Amino acid sequence: MMEKEILEHGLNFNRRRFLSTMSLGLGSVALGSLMIPGLLNGGDRDDAGFTPGIPHFAPKAKRVIYLFQNGAPSQLETFDYKPKLCEMYGLDLPPSVRGEQRLTGMTANQASFPLAASFTDFKQYGKSGTWISDIMPYTSKIVDDICVIRSMYTEAINHDPALTFLQTGSQQGNRPSMGSWLSYGLGNENKNLPDFTVLLSRGIGNGQGVYSKLWSNGFLDSIHQGVQFSKGEDPVLYINDPAGMARNERREMLDQLAQLNQMSYEEFGDPEITAKVKQYEMAYRMQTAVPEVMDLSKESDDIVKLYGPDCLVPGTFAANCLLARKLSENGVRFVQLYHQGWDQHGNLPFEIKSQAKDVDQASAALVTDLKQRGLLDETLVIWGGEFGRTSYSQGKLTPENYGRDHHPRCFSIWMAGGGIKPGMVYGETDELGYNIIKNPVHVHDFQATVLHTLGLNHEKLIFKHLGRRYRLTDISGKVVRDILS
Amino acid sequence: MKNSKLFLFFLLLGSIIWTLNGCNRNSEVQISEPELPDEISYNFDVRPILSDKCFVCHGPDEKKRQAGLRLDDPVLAFQALKEHPSAHAWVAGDPNASEAYLRMVTKDSVKLMPPATSNLKLEEFEISVIKKWIKQGAKYEKHWSFVAPKKSALPEIANQSWAKNEIDYFIAEKQEQRGLKPNDEADKERLLKRLSIDLTGLPPTISMMDRFLADKSPLAYEKMVDELLKNPAYGEKMAIYWLDLARYADSHGYQDDGYRTQWPWRDWVIYALNKNMPYDQFVTWQLAGDFLIDPAFPNKTKELLLATGFNRNHKITEEGGVIQEEYRLSYVTDRNDLFGKAFLGMTLECAHCHDHKYDPLSQKEYYKMFAFFNNIKEVGIESVIGGPETYAKKPLMEITNEEVKSILKFINKPDTNRLIVSVMTDMDTARKTFILKRGAYDAPGEEVSPGTPNAILPFNKNYPKNRLGLSKWLFDKKNPLTARVFINQVWQEFFGKGIVKTTGDFGMQGELPTHPKLLDWLAVDFMEHGWNVKRLIKQMVVSATYRQSAVSSPEKLAKDPENIYFSRSSRYHINAENIRDLVLASSGLLIPKIGGPSVKPYQPPGLWEGATSGRGLLSIYVQDHGESLYRRGIYTLIKRTVPPPTMSIFDASNRDLCEVKRLKTNTPLQALMMLNDPTVLEASRVLAAKLLQEKSNPLDKIKKAFRMIVCRNPSQKELDVLNVYFMNQRSKISQAQATKILAVGEYPINPNMDKKLLAAMMRVVNTIYNLEETITKS
Repeated sequence: MMEKEILEHGLNFNRRRFLSTMSLGLGSVALGSLMIPGLLNGGDRDDAGFTPGIPHFAPKAKRVIYLFQNGAPSQLETFDYKPKLCEMYGLDLPPSVRGEQRLTGMTANQASFPLAASFTDFKQYGKSGTWISDIMPYTSKIVDDICVIRSMYTEAINHDPALTFLQTGSQQGNRPSMGSWLSYGLGNENKNLPDFTVLLSRGIGNGQGVYSKLWSNGFLDSIHQGVQFSKGEDPVLYINDPAGMARNERREMLDQLAQLNQMSYEEFGDPEITAKVKQYEMAYRMQTAVPEVMDLSKESDDIVKLYGPDCLVPGTFAANCLLARKLSENGVRFVQLYHQGWDQHGNLPFEIKSQAKDVDQASAALVTDLKQRGLLDETLVIWGGEFGRTSYSQGKLTPENYGRDHHPRCFSIWMAGGGIKPGMVYGETDELGYNIIKNPVHVHDFQATVLHTLGLNHEKLIFKHLGRRYRLTDISGKVVRDILS
Repeated sequence: MKNSKLFLFFLLLGSIIWTLNGCNRNSEVQISEPELPDEISYNFDVRPILSDKCFVCHGPDEKKRQAGLRLDDPVLAFQALKEHPSAHAWVAGDPNASEAYLRMVTKDSVKLMPPATSNLKLEEFEISVIKKWIKQGAKYEKHWSFVAPKKSALPEIANQSWAKNEIDYFIAEKQEQRGLKPNDEADKERLLKRLSIDLTGLPPTISMMDRFLADKSPLAYEKMVDELLKNPAYGEKMAIYWLDLARYADSHGYQDDGYRTQWPWRDWVIYALNKNMPYDQFVTWQLAGDFLIDPAFPNKTKELLLATGFNRNHKITEEGGVIQEEYRLSYVTDRNDLFGKAFLGMTLECAHCHDHKYDPLSQKEYYKMFAFFNNIKEVGIESVIGGPETYAKKPLMEITNEEVKSILKFINKPDTNRLIVSVMTDMDTARKTFILKRGAYDAPGEEVSPGTPNAILPFNKNYPKNRLGLSKWLFDKKNPLTARVFINQVWQEFFGKGIVKTTGDFGMQGELPTHPKLLDWLAVDFMEHGWNVKRLIKQMVVSATYRQSAVSSPEKLAKDPENIYFSRSSRYHINAENIRDLVLASSGLLIPKIGGPSVKPYQPPGLWEGATSGRGLLSIYVQDHGESLYRRGIYTLIKRTVPPPTMSIFDASNRDLCEVKRLKTNTPLQALMMLNDPTVLEASRVLAAKLLQEKSNPLDKIKKAFRMIVCRNPSQKELDVLNVYFMNQRSKISQAQATKILAVGEYPINPNMDKKLLAAMMRVVNTIYNLEETITKS
């Protein structure tokens, strides 16, 4: 009897839902399975024998962890080795290299553009012989598991539009972010946790803000919005019951509530009432699931050693990496980390060392950890910022100190895991690290590739809004097939 | 067990496929008429298909046009094909001679249209529509929204006794065509709550409820409408939708996201709405108040200028190092796109980089409109984040305390600090406007002069070529869009969705009106009556259509799941701001002050701090205390990069860009917020305390709480459930636990009260706040 009722409400609800959202396509299934967890599969997806959501073709990756380095780390001190800059140290950037490139207002009026060599050395590592700088000692140990792309480029030259562009495919606001698109396209794997979660941390380097619009659902249903998990007592907004409310008391209250709402349903026959009851039930389950997944106290010593002692300090990048692994392991589709502090306009040697120290060990640990759990094959890990930095110094160049301005023409990122060829370097910049000379990867190409690894065709993952068909990749983007495994 | 789940899956899959098949048809056909209409209409049946599937390559965008074929223009569509001069795309009456049709049905995958690479596909149903249309003569019609509205005669309907005014005739006509019957009028309590929330954003008070229940006169309802329209809370309620449209916020929006003091403009909006300023004047002042300044009326100067703050509400960068012109042009773009979306229901932004792909709007016309907004005395970046001098950007106006006492009395200025607001003033010599190739700020092309799209209405030569002239063009009674677009927005406010569902798009890709004659009748009537907004709203809320109950029978759910034909009242959650209002008002906490600087009520810790660069007044959330904790939702401070969670969780706009429609979602975060937000808990405690201090029995107290929150008397069953819960809690909660439960919110607790009793009652009240009906228009 109970089973039949749920079916009836579920279908009423879904029918209305689908109709009211029009042209949902993929999302309708995703939505259906999320909004009524367990309706389709009794809570265990193997039981019903199908995966929620409909990928366009067989996916390699099932989940994404994006380690966003907010503020734009310099490629010249991390992944793009340019010995020529030592030779040309202090000389002006040749106008032929600079070309028509627009500059930010911060350096546009500089009298000269003295080339600055990296203060730190580079060495080759692994079977792949990938060049990595000395400030990334842990990353250098995983080079054979990752694919470094040295030829990323973007269209924006300032933080806000560049970040927005990378996360939503458009420089202007109001579009869904990558995680929302994936939630929309693939649905959820865990009925007790949101599909798309966001974790923030910050280094001591010059910081740029992050914006919750970066994890906005835009015009998609707000069920696809990124849910921020934060350190402290309230990891998800309003998740904690008030003081004095025991779990069984909350249960009791929800039971009264469900009874009363049921009376309302009997009067109005509105399927949204039943849906509301289900949302309260999911909220109740999240209240248990979230603290469980956030609890890092049960991690083994080996794990703590792997990620570094910071991983037990909530709110650090290391703790967020460990948490990201746990969320991902529990089926969260998209875990987005932001680490602030990479905007080295000045004082670069000092600041970047500290920034690298914040993230190097834990980023590498995440890849290693996923690998040892057999999860790396189905998890895509991405590491990188919103643009690159100039090969000339911003402000005064001295042997000890210099800075670098924003540079949209080239920057480096790495990707690892699901669907990506390990142990390779893709793309090349000129010997001054200013322009790309081989295999350029536009932001939309990168986004198309990410979607591809998840089994989604970026030209088909669309949502029609106000008469226009929107995509994450807007109107361009080609999958970078050379880096696919 | 397993089988039943598989069965479920297939059932669901079936419903998806069924739904998707219907998606691209127009709404008239979709719900109840799967077979072809007798008369195929170009506007209602054919054009939506061509626009969606063909115009991308065979439409208005010259650069993307393939094979020189244009199907949106009847003259060109009937010409001999450029590539096959012996053939024609359409041959009236003969599908099999119509090359375009043949290409839709061909088995040859190379020739098939639309091509596979487009990822578009014509459904069989769509092809049969086109076939029948050709057979019937392939007649084109001008796009419906570009033809000026006319008042048609009221339709003949069977159920005349049901109709209360003209609206109902048009609604009944469609219902009767589909065999739907309207619901009975809602019961008085629910009707009053609906009306009160819709007109003032506040729940009715107990005395209002008693008065209305006791008033047996046939005019009782109308009296209540008039009373609520006069309530100053009306302006606060209607302002919510206007602030979304005007993308109003309290921060500059980019990067560090510094504070701005644009709130006096918001106070003006509330004031203007309350005094029922006619819509044409309301908008003209906001678009071009600076042109209306008249030395003969010096007292009006400041108010006119303040109104123009409207178009300075957009985001303004404070990020050091940006390129001036790039950002200045982005502000102009923002205004131009807003003008399209908010007033014309046109997605102008599509013509920012190229000719519009669906609507008759060239890129050149886009930049001619752009030219109207390109003349403001402003720069891309005026200052980086800083002190009070950065809270407005030039051009700006200063508002003195003397002015607040004399000519700007509606501004709620609480202190003597310098107060500045960003407004509009034009340059003395007009800035040149160029077409921007691909929309790029650094790729100017041909120079253009101000002008409007011809397809809508040619620009009258007698109008000045400035923003004032543009406003005159907008409110020219021959303009086919302005009144319709506004009527639709207001309709959406009261009925949950527009007559044109795509509120921001009346173009070729937008949805067609479900009740075109009604929309036109209201539009003309509105213009005939001096753009009188309150009159329009009264027309809507006194209609029988509005007054129906919200009960959905299985039959109606099956026939009209989306309630397109309004045979019941739609149920949906009220505005985020009004949820807060309801909680505060029902508990007696609400401070009903109007206007003033935005406030910072309780917010979970760390939200601003976790996402900031560390610079500026808004880098740390310093929560307010006292009265500021209990102001209406519209006054909660909006920091654009981290909007208040209580608002965004319930679908409020983040105010990034102009919005004319909010989503209506139902999520677990909403449940968590209603359960655990200190505001709701505090209100529960305060209302419980108030009730316990009254001399009445517990049952009466629960009943009263229910009335104050849900705005109706509970049924005996409801009362029983709550009462059992109360008794149960009262016996279980310990003294120590009660102390913990009560320790929420800053409103003082009366130390003499029985804590256990209070905690038990607080839980009951909190449960009532969490009822689905509480925050739902029912």
